[in-house]
Amino acid sequence: MAVLDRPAGAERPHLVASPSGTGREASQVPDRILMKGNEAIAEAAIAAGCDAYFGYPITPQAELLEWMARRMPEEGRVFIQAESELGAINMALGASAAGARVLVSSSSPGISLMAETMSYMAGSRLPCVVVNVMRGGPGLGSIGAAQGDYLQATKGHGHGDYRVPVLAPSSIAEAIELVRDAFIIAERYRTPVMILADGLLGQAMEPVSPAFRDLEPRADDWVLEGAAGREPRSIRSLHLRAEDLERQDNDLQATYRRIVDAEVRWAGEELENAEVVLVAYGTAARVARTAVERARADGLRVGLFRPITLWPFPAGALREAALGARGVVVVELSAGQLVEDVRLAVEGTVPVFLHGRMGGMIPTPDEVVGAARAAWSRTDPVPRTPRGRNGEDGR
Amino acid sequence: MTASATPPVEGRTIYRRPSLLSNPTSYCPGCGHGIVHRLIAEVLEELDLGGRTILVGSVGCAVFAYDFLRLDAVESPHGRAAAVATGVKRFRPDRVVFTYQGDGDLAAIGTAEIVHAAARGERFTVIFVNNGIYGMTGGQMAPTTLVGQRTTSSRTGRDIATTGYPLPMTEMLSLLSGVQYAARVSVGDPGLVGKAKQAIRRACEIQLDGNGLSLVEVLSTCPVGWGMTPSEAMERLRGEVVDAYPIGTFVDRPRGIAQRLPQPGPATRSVSEGF
Repeated sequence: MAVLDRPAGAERPHLVASPSGTGREASQVPDRILMKGNEAIAEAAIAAGCDAYFGYPITPQAELLEWMARRMPEEGRVFIQAESELGAINMALGASAAGARVLVSSSSPGISLMAETMSYMAGSRLPCVVVNVMRGGPGLGSIGAAQGDYLQATKGHGHGDYRVPVLAPSSIAEAIELVRDAFIIAERYRTPVMILADGLLGQAMEPVSPAFRDLEPRADDWVLEGAAGREPRSIRSLHLRAEDLERQDNDLQATYRRIVDAEVRWAGEELENAEVVLVAYGTAARVARTAVERARADGLRVGLFRPITLWPFPAGALREAALGARGVVVVELSAGQLVEDVRLAVEGTVPVFLHGRMGGMIPTPDEVVGAARAAWSRTDPVPRTPRGRNGEDGR
Repeated sequence: MTASATPPVEGRTIYRRPSLLSNPTSYCPGCGHGIVHRLIAEVLEELDLGGRTILVGSVGCAVFAYDFLRLDAVESPHGRAAAVATGVKRFRPDRVVFTYQGDGDLAAIGTAEIVHAAARGERFTVIFVNNGIYGMTGGQMAPTTLVGQRTTSSRTGRDIATTGYPLPMTEMLSLLSGVQYAARVSVGDPGLVGKAKQAIRRACEIQLDGNGLSLVEVLSTCPVGWGMTPSEAMERLRGEVVDAYPIGTFVDRPRGIAQRLPQPGPATRSVSEGF
């Protein structure tokens, strides 16, 4: 069994998978190592220069907190296991206001508790990365992988007119990349950013390249450090005068428009000539990818559209990708949440079907192939034109 | 009339407005917050700490404290100031950090945050202004409201049968080993105001030592919420309020003043013996 740990005295990058007793040189960093998703996210954050981590134990993200409990003090950085998720996210608010690069993690019920302060941080323009390793719900639900928090993540956790960019990795390697990107987006726009993973991504081990990347320290003219030699600063979301608050809200909305213009991310596979387009993110996208291969081997031209930013949603790209298809099938681990954004994106240009499982159940690839086949048989062929249906140019 | 040629009488400064106070406050006549703000400004100025202090605000009448004190400041969600201050202080341990919280904020919605910050021995200072009522929202009953006191949500007086007893936060917190300093003071008369200032100064010194939490509970007034004139409110503060909440230093560990959690005594009858 591969042992994942830091050999004593090893230089960074120091994560090696060395089967115990094999005598492999500890200083040899292999090209690929086996890491658990929760641990990879934690280590990626440390590599990206995370100054402070705050969390509270909850399955299925507890390993993330445990990893940070060991590693952050090693690096001389701040780690606190808070008294609750309320405590954790508010410690994050304080550390962020003081200029720290902050990570917070939890799972669905804990994220609900953090919602109030997510709103405060958005209103106070405080950067922070929040990881949600989703579990089944509602209520205490289950500890299995689920995607029932899509609407919560993308449409607002707390109160008020605010948005939070949401990044959804579908592999552990991608999660490592997105952690760094999340910090960049958080600081570029001064906003909380969420990484939306699920229990499977958090718990599974996958081979990854230990290419954790550094992020430059930042210089900010808004952080709190004491007002010596300058005017005092206040970080707040309260603006009692209607004119003041509307001005702040307009600034916030302008920031969101810049995010929509610049930060949309998605990936496509086998979309050329696809008759049925699957839309899925996270773990559901992993199943969908296998389904694409099986369907293609079976003669059904299926492609995969995978949103990576759930907000901002890649609506334009999806609409274009779906133009030549007979139908779209949304595969998700919920009763149908992503499907709402998909329908908004395609605006009725193509029929949209849902294949959702809940409670920690994960559809099999064959199930998804069946859903794609059913969609194919319930839809009409699309007249082939140079671009899309009925000669539309996709705009 | 011609201008006098005599030189001005050499004067000495009796009172000078502290430089850390900025705008005039918007508090009601007779409210104690303005006094407490001034004491904080004076202490920070005397210790020359203003330039490296971060104020952690809270929700309540003092939510605008950052408008009145010339300090870097961050707003907290209601009740969470102790958690916010934890985040600030842990990342900037060389700065002076204090929360300014009312009794609704600290003693009701924020009990978990203050208890655990105290248990962890966080190295910041808590200024806990207790006027026994929710002032900003119109005078509802707080956990600190005295038995029998009338508020807009206890019309016939606080009834222990349905709403229980006032919460002695400072006594409770003083049992925790992470608390280095805990005192209760009052702004009920000029002498008490002087003692309140001494306590705030001591709390700042304790923070600079960096060994644990320092807490000053300031008994204060809310004439509007109490339905009284300012002078009646001060009278009540000196009377039944201080009778219910005794003032004094509960903990000053460097000076050997401490309270301890009750220890299990010698073997006594177990509870189950009676059955």
